Amino acid sequence: MNSAALLQLEDVGRDFDVSRPWLNRVIEGVPRQLLHAVDGVSFEVRKGETLALVGESGCGKSTIARLIVGLYTPSRGRIRFDGIEISGPAATAATAGIRRRMQMIFQDPYASLNPRWRVRDIVAEPIAVLKILENRNQIHARVAELLTQVGLAPEDGEKYPHEFSGGQRQRISIARALSGHPEFLVCDEPTSALDVSVQAQILNLMTELQARLGLTYLFISHNLAVVSHVADRIGVMYLGRLVEIAAAEELFARPRHPYTRMLLDAVPDLEMSGRPRTPVAGEVPNPLSPPAGCTFHPRCPHADDRCKAEKPALTWRGGAASACHAVEEGRI
Amino acid sequence: MILEVKDLRIEFRTRRGTLVAVDGISFSIAPGEVLGVVGESGAGKSLTGAAIIGLLEPPGSIAAGEIRLEGERIDNLPYEAMRRIRGRRIGAIFQDPLTSLNPLYTVGEQLVETIRTHLDTGAPEARARALALLREVGIPAPEARIEHYPHQFSGGMRQRVVIALALCAEPRLIIADEPTTALDVSIQAQIIHLLKKLARDHGTAVMLITHDMGVIAETADRVAVMYAGRIAEIGPVREVIRAARHPYTAGLMGSIPKIRVAGGRMHAPLVQIDGAMPRLNAIPAGCAFHPRCGKSFERCRVERPEPRQVGANLTACWLYE
Amino acid sequence: MKFREFWKNDLAYSFRKSPVAVIAAVLTVICVGGALFAPWLAPHNPFDAASLDLNNAFAPPAWTAQGVPGHLLGTDDQGRDVLSTIMYGARISLGVGAAAVLFALVLGVALGLLSGYLGGRLDAFIMRVADIQLSFPAILIALLVDGVARVALPADSHDEIAIPVLILAIGISGWVQYARTVRGSTLVEKNKEYVQAARVIGRPPFAIMLRHVLPNVMGPVLVIATIHIATAIITEATLSFLGVGVPPTRPSLGTLIRIGNEFLLSGEWWITIFPGIALVTLVLAVNLLGDWLRDALNPKLR
Repeated sequence: MNSAALLQLEDVGRDFDVSRPWLNRVIEGVPRQLLHAVDGVSFEVRKGETLALVGESGCGKSTIARLIVGLYTPSRGRIRFDGIEISGPAATAATAGIRRRMQMIFQDPYASLNPRWRVRDIVAEPIAVLKILENRNQIHARVAELLTQVGLAPEDGEKYPHEFSGGQRQRISIARALSGHPEFLVCDEPTSALDVSVQAQILNLMTELQARLGLTYLFISHNLAVVSHVADRIGVMYLGRLVEIAAAEELFARPRHPYTRMLLDAVPDLEMSGRPRTPVAGEVPNPLSPPAGCTFHPRCPHADDRCKAEKPALTWRGGAASACHAVEEGRI
Repeated sequence: MILEVKDLRIEFRTRRGTLVAVDGISFSIAPGEVLGVVGESGAGKSLTGAAIIGLLEPPGSIAAGEIRLEGERIDNLPYEAMRRIRGRRIGAIFQDPLTSLNPLYTVGEQLVETIRTHLDTGAPEARARALALLREVGIPAPEARIEHYPHQFSGGMRQRVVIALALCAEPRLIIADEPTTALDVSIQAQIIHLLKKLARDHGTAVMLITHDMGVIAETADRVAVMYAGRIAEIGPVREVIRAARHPYTAGLMGSIPKIRVAGGRMHAPLVQIDGAMPRLNAIPAGCAFHPRCGKSFERCRVERPEPRQVGANLTACWLYE
Repeated sequence: MKFREFWKNDLAYSFRKSPVAVIAAVLTVICVGGALFAPWLAPHNPFDAASLDLNNAFAPPAWTAQGVPGHLLGTDDQGRDVLSTIMYGARISLGVGAAAVLFALVLGVALGLLSGYLGGRLDAFIMRVADIQLSFPAILIALLVDGVARVALPADSHDEIAIPVLILAIGISGWVQYARTVRGSTLVEKNKEYVQAARVIGRPPFAIMLRHVLPNVMGPVLVIATIHIATAIITEATLSFLGVGVPPTRPSLGTLIRIGNEFLLSGEWWITIFPGIALVTLVLAVNLLGDWLRDALNPKLR
């Protein structure tokens, strides 16, 4: 493993039990149903970089975000932060100390701030809980500093969330995430709910903060275009598995996995270069009963018998990896 | 022209005063043409669509202006007359396919009911027509799927059914309000292609309301950019995207993230327009965009610009006087 | 919030515009004020044995032929001024009602929060208890609690602890509605991202429940409580009417109705009718106020 890696995931999996209630199962003779939201994912995030995870709904990227910050515990596999394992079932003092170094920014600016709290209390909450500062004046000064850092005014601390627009609320969320001096930020679709011009403001802000504070980002999105502006490396997920991971330029210039190619093709063409598009086939299958072998094979123009039977492993070529038999065999 | 809107003004009468949500906009749509109406939240584009189709909820009301469908005025019709037009001559596609379809009836029942309400046909012809429509929107095995309930379809398929439902009475105009926003990216592409093809084949005029410029670029023939209830710029889609004249349009285009193969993250940060769209009760005097505009001058603060022909587009900006 | 801002507030506006709400509020204020300030406002003190004059007994209301001035609504069988007994009685009724509602509120909200947030077996247990309790009429529950207390506690302390036991009984009979509502709201709020953010920050579950979730689920509780006060007063009146409520030394409106009932058919109608009207007016006013509040706070109706 790379020694500069800040976060490492090893074969992480998370299942959700979505079975019908016991009585129904007995009467109908139906077995337990497990949803494999994350199915054996491994990757690492290096210090100072931005790794983006992209995929469509149901691919498991949000679940991974929550596994990393501790909102869920993995069903299998390990998560390490700065070399220390944080994924064990019991939270120990060591893991609590580690967790302070990471924070999360959420997607919905309208649900991620407590509507009954004033902004200054929202932003100061990590400071209070983590006992970073005790003195009220110091806390007050720090909150003012944070609000200014994210482009708001110190007086905004007295207001309530509903007095702000979506973009401003995301700024407040960012201020809150930064108040505990984290090193690592997990950003779960932070701009998906925002208008495009506001999105530009927030993305620029996040890039600037990263440079200034030396932050590491895990950036989750369904939008490849957004990701192309912030990511150093990009991981593509499909139905709970990582199907490709590569440096950003590499991924856009030479996408390997057929799903990546399909995603790139589906991005609307603003440049109007009239590039021909391969027709996009089918829809994401039901995650409860994924196809056998490579889960993408029903939609893949290059699928053969091996694809239908055997699950492909992530194979590395240079600095990029993809999980595809056709790529491995050199067929495409 | 199938649709002509002239100086439409939509107001909300609240106890705190009258808010103007749409302030005098004009545009038209020709048969077979897709007009994109793009803008950020609060710009008034959904309200415009609702007003045209007669579904404006009180306290909103059409305060001034005209809406003409194939030459006849429809903005001042009584409820019953408007109800007949809706569905028969104007079809609607909304954002959420889950709530656009009644979960208690099969897809076939809903299609047949709509067809028979608006076209005077018997049951067997209506069913045949429903099957043909399902085939046309790309639902595989329509004979089997016509008996299915909405929840048995996936998101993309459901939206196709909604499109079929909008088309079944052969409307002259379709209003599509964010038809692809709730769908995955790979499905979005399929749906917008379908809309464009159907518009051309049937000669239907389509008003495509969305905040997603990418969808507009792929689907629309012309596009109107709305800001704070007014039209900032309107013109052929290529012209507006590539050669935007209005500073807001230019800023909007610049702030849209685009994949550039060379350069990865190292290229310049996204163009950003500082500030936010004004709230309805705080719309600036003169040009609504002037506080955020880098090129504004004295006249912009005082006088409101009307759309004027500048090259291929109509632009509402004093820079081009 | 300053008063002027408050007055322009949506809630205040809706209040001003609704004649029913205004009338109900005025009536409530009159009733509550009269009850609260009874020792100063009542023309007589009906419980001061020295001031009673048996010769004044059974005097009809002042406006009738045989009315005695000074006793506006007449006197009862012991010469007590009916108006004064109503005011003192309302005090007991309101006091017991409000205290019972407070008890039910605290108990119900706490159980609802725990149930909704922690889930699992605790949730299942609490909800089953709630379901079982709901299959009994509230009056029966109150009678049960009261009966158990009477048996369990020494007989001579009955009079002193009758009122606390009554409050307990009515409170226990009414916690379920709060618990269910709060549990539902908690389930919704629990999944919102601000709660997840608090978990990521590292707040322990009880702190999250108290500081984050509780303020956001209290809205409907206020409406339930307002309407519950009316129910609690009626319950207390019923229990007192049946003779198992407040002790006779401190009669509530229900007791007065019971006492006066015996004389109804012999012609002294005012002894029971006026307390009855007072009870109905109070309960109706509170109910209407609660109804208005519920509609005014419902965002979908605005």
